[in-house]
This record gives sequence, structure tokens and C-alpha cells, in this order.
Amino acid sequence: MKIGTMKVKAGLAEMLKGGVIMDVTNAEQAKVAEEAGACAVMALERVPSDIRADGGVARMSDPEKIREIQEGVSIPVMAKARIGHFVEAQILEALEVDYIDESEVLTPADEANHINKWKFKVPFVCGAINLGEALRRISEGAAMIRTKGEAGTGNVVEAVRHMRTISAEIRQLAGMDEDELFKAAKELRAPIELVQWVAQNGKLPVVNFSAGGLATPADAALMMQLGAEGVFVGSGIFKSADPASRGKAIVEATTHYNDPEILAKVSTGLKEAMAGLEIKDIGEENLIQHRGW
Amino acid sequence: MSQSSKKNLTVGVLALQGAFREHCYALVQAGAEPVEVRRRRQLAGLDALIIPGGESTTMGKLMVSYHLLDPIRELGAAGLPIFGTCAGLVMLAREVCEGDQPLLGLMDMKVRRNAFGRQVKSFEAPLSVPALGEPLFPGIFIRAPWIESAGPEAEILAEFDGHPVAARQGRMLVTAFHPELTDDLRLHRLFLEMAAASRAKQPHPMTPPSA
Repeated sequence: MKIGTMKVKAGLAEMLKGGVIMDVTNAEQAKVAEEAGACAVMALERVPSDIRADGGVARMSDPEKIREIQEGVSIPVMAKARIGHFVEAQILEALEVDYIDESEVLTPADEANHINKWKFKVPFVCGAINLGEALRRISEGAAMIRTKGEAGTGNVVEAVRHMRTISAEIRQLAGMDEDELFKAAKELRAPIELVQWVAQNGKLPVVNFSAGGLATPADAALMMQLGAEGVFVGSGIFKSADPASRGKAIVEATTHYNDPEILAKVSTGLKEAMAGLEIKDIGEENLIQHRGW
Repeated sequence: MSQSSKKNLTVGVLALQGAFREHCYALVQAGAEPVEVRRRRQLAGLDALIIPGGESTTMGKLMVSYHLLDPIRELGAAGLPIFGTCAGLVMLAREVCEGDQPLLGLMDMKVRRNAFGRQVKSFEAPLSVPALGEPLFPGIFIRAPWIESAGPEAEILAEFDGHPVAARQGRMLVTAFHPELTDDLRLHRLFLEMAAASRAKQPHPMTPPSA
């Protein structure tokens, strides 16, 4: 019997596919998320839009909050660690969270190194804005990828950009001669073995979800049609006027992403979405997506 | 409506959430024709159905919202062969140890969800499944359930650490582990044999009203 193998780490991500992972800050929200049909919850101290508004250093949640959430629901509980903060990750593993998100939404702890995720039994999901970044994270042991988007904005434009970028880069690799892959690997700054695998299989070697700025059922279905295998919704649910109904609608839209009749139905009569932010008003230096390397 | 038993079996795969694509792929490899099922009308004309791994609470809620729970229960009761893996095993049970969630209740067994523990306890282990013969089956257990107790009608096909993790009852087959994440097609083939035998006996009574 072997625990913590890549097969079981990546396998849990396979089981989350077609589902919605919702950000929650306490047990009460976690229960609302589970009731809405979330396939997992992400425990964090503040949702991204609050982190963005409050400023300061954003860190791993208080373990007490995480325990409370674990006790409150039966679905998988994920939690965020700072980029490079392997001790936060050790703590989260000791708490037996089901997945760790090494997340750019928190303030990075190391400006050069990500966590060596091979050292852990618990699986990791990491953000990426392009194929090279995704493959670097996978080479460090990530068992799941999510495109970053721009967290806490309620604006899906960056999520779309990142998903389209990764898909286009995969298509380019798939069309290359095998002799050209070495140069491609150099340009992508990614290991040649992973580049060859992607070129042969035409997809990432692990599950890829979409995150960062999704706020409506239509946003979720858009990302699914663009090739996401599931979605993370952060501020979009609990910063909206009616989280329970919006959460349920986003879950249904993610399942029926190719069924406009159902999408029309679940998009109807939802109370207000979270207020969104225009990306250019945030300022390039304040974009979260550029954290991580 | 009569079909030659030579024709490929059409097997629905419940595609609300979870690892349904892997089952579709395994079915193609094993020579069957998969159909993704998200709405009630897609249940028409199936020779068999697979309920994949995923989150059983998510799946159960979507089955209720999209009016799939009762029709699948009726089809199963009428003899449609159903194969459930992990969350699918939970869905087919009569009862779960904790909490209440929508279930099909087609198999006489009580199951414990996440019985082996949280994700850090998820594991791989070779399993003896006498019905499949040699070699051992590659068991992949992910936050897996086990069968806490089963009635006399359920035949236990495999155990791990003293706990039943695979069973068969009539035309129902369940595993707590994930054959769809391996290259080993023996369980899918076993299920297709069950489905072929059932089709030979009973050609297609199973056409529900469209939703």
C-alpha cells in the first residue's frame, strides 16, 4: 500500500472535474457552499476582493478556522499557502487538508523558489498564466493547475486570456516537429520531458481548472467551453447578494456548460453579482497574476 | 425493438460531475459505445449505465435538480445494469453511515463515505479480485468509501484490510476504487458481460419518457 503517490494526488483532481470549488472563510459559508453543490471548498482568511481592498500581508488561515470548516462539511477542504512558504504547507498537511493551493492571492514568501511539492503527501494546485509556468509548477510536483485570472475583480477577462494562452501554446507544441521541441522547451523554460508529453498528448498532464474573476453562471460556462475542466469561484459567490442561489446556479452552469437553454434558466432572477473591477484601473503593478515565476 | 447482440453496447455515463471522461475512454477501449448523460432524455435507449467517481453530494443534488434520481432508480429496478465507482458506489447504496443525502438505494448495502480518511490517506494497493482471476487488480483509492455492511443478496468481490470494497448484486456492480484511472479494463469488461447477458434476456424495455 502506497500513500501520497502522484496517481492519487492527480486522481483527486480528476474526481473534482466538472465541479465548482468555492472560497469560504468559515464553517457557515462552507455549509452554504456544500448545499449549493460545490465539489470542494477553499478555506481562506479573507476572500480575494477583501485582500485586495485591505492590503497588508495575506497569509495562511488560522488552523482553528480550517478545522471548523473540516468538521462542518463532508466534501474536500482545500487551503492556501503562500508561494514558497513550505512551512505553511507542512502545517496544512498536518491538518490533513485535502489539497494545498500554493497561491498568488496570498503574499509570496519567496521571490525565487516555489515549494518543492514532491516532498509532501498532500497534493498541490498551483496557478499559471501560460504553459511554461504550468509546466514549471508540474515539474515541482503540482498535481493540478488552475489558470490564474485576476482574483478578486469579478472580471473574467484575465481568466479568458490565460486559458486561451495555454490552449494556444499546447496547440503550437502539438504541431511541432519533434526536433523543434528542444528549442520550445528552452523558450517555455520548462523541462523537455513535460514539453514532449504535452506535444504528444495535446493537453496538460494534470487537470486544469479556471480561476480568478468568475462571477456569473455564464462566466463559468464560458471557461468550461474554453477548455477548463472545472472552476474556482472566490469572491464571486460570497460577495454577491445571494450566495446560496448564485452558488447553485454556477454549479449547474458548470455541469450544463454546453446547454444554452439551461444556462438561460439558471442565469435568471439571480440577485446582484459582486461589483467588478476594470483591470486597467487596478494598475499593472497591483496585478496579483504576476506573482509567481 | 430487437438488436443483434453483436452490435456494440450503448452505455450511458452519468456526466454531471467527476471522472466521467475516463469511463467513456475505458468503454471505447473495451468495445462499447459511451453516451454522456446529463439530462433525463439521454437515458433513453441505454443498455447499461455507469455512475463515475466524483463528489457524491454534488452528484446527488444535481440528480435531484435535473430529475434523474427517480428515473435511474426505476430503470435500475427494472433491470438496467449499473456500474458505480467510488461516488457511484455511494449513490447505489441503500444507506450511508453519516448524514443524509439523495441515494438510489438499489443495492442492499450500507456504506461509509471517506472511510479510509482524508486525501493524505488516499492510496494505491494491488487487490485480489477472485472474479477477475490473476493478476491482482491495481486498486486506486481516493478518499474512498467502504461497504460497512451488506445484505445476503450482495456478493462481495474484493476486500481491503477486512473491509468490502467491491460488490455485485444482480445487474449492479460497484467498486470503492477507480478502475477508470488505470489501464486495466477487466472490471469494465466484466460489467459489459453483465450488460450483454441482460440485453440477451430483455431487449430494451427501458425507455423513459423524455424530460
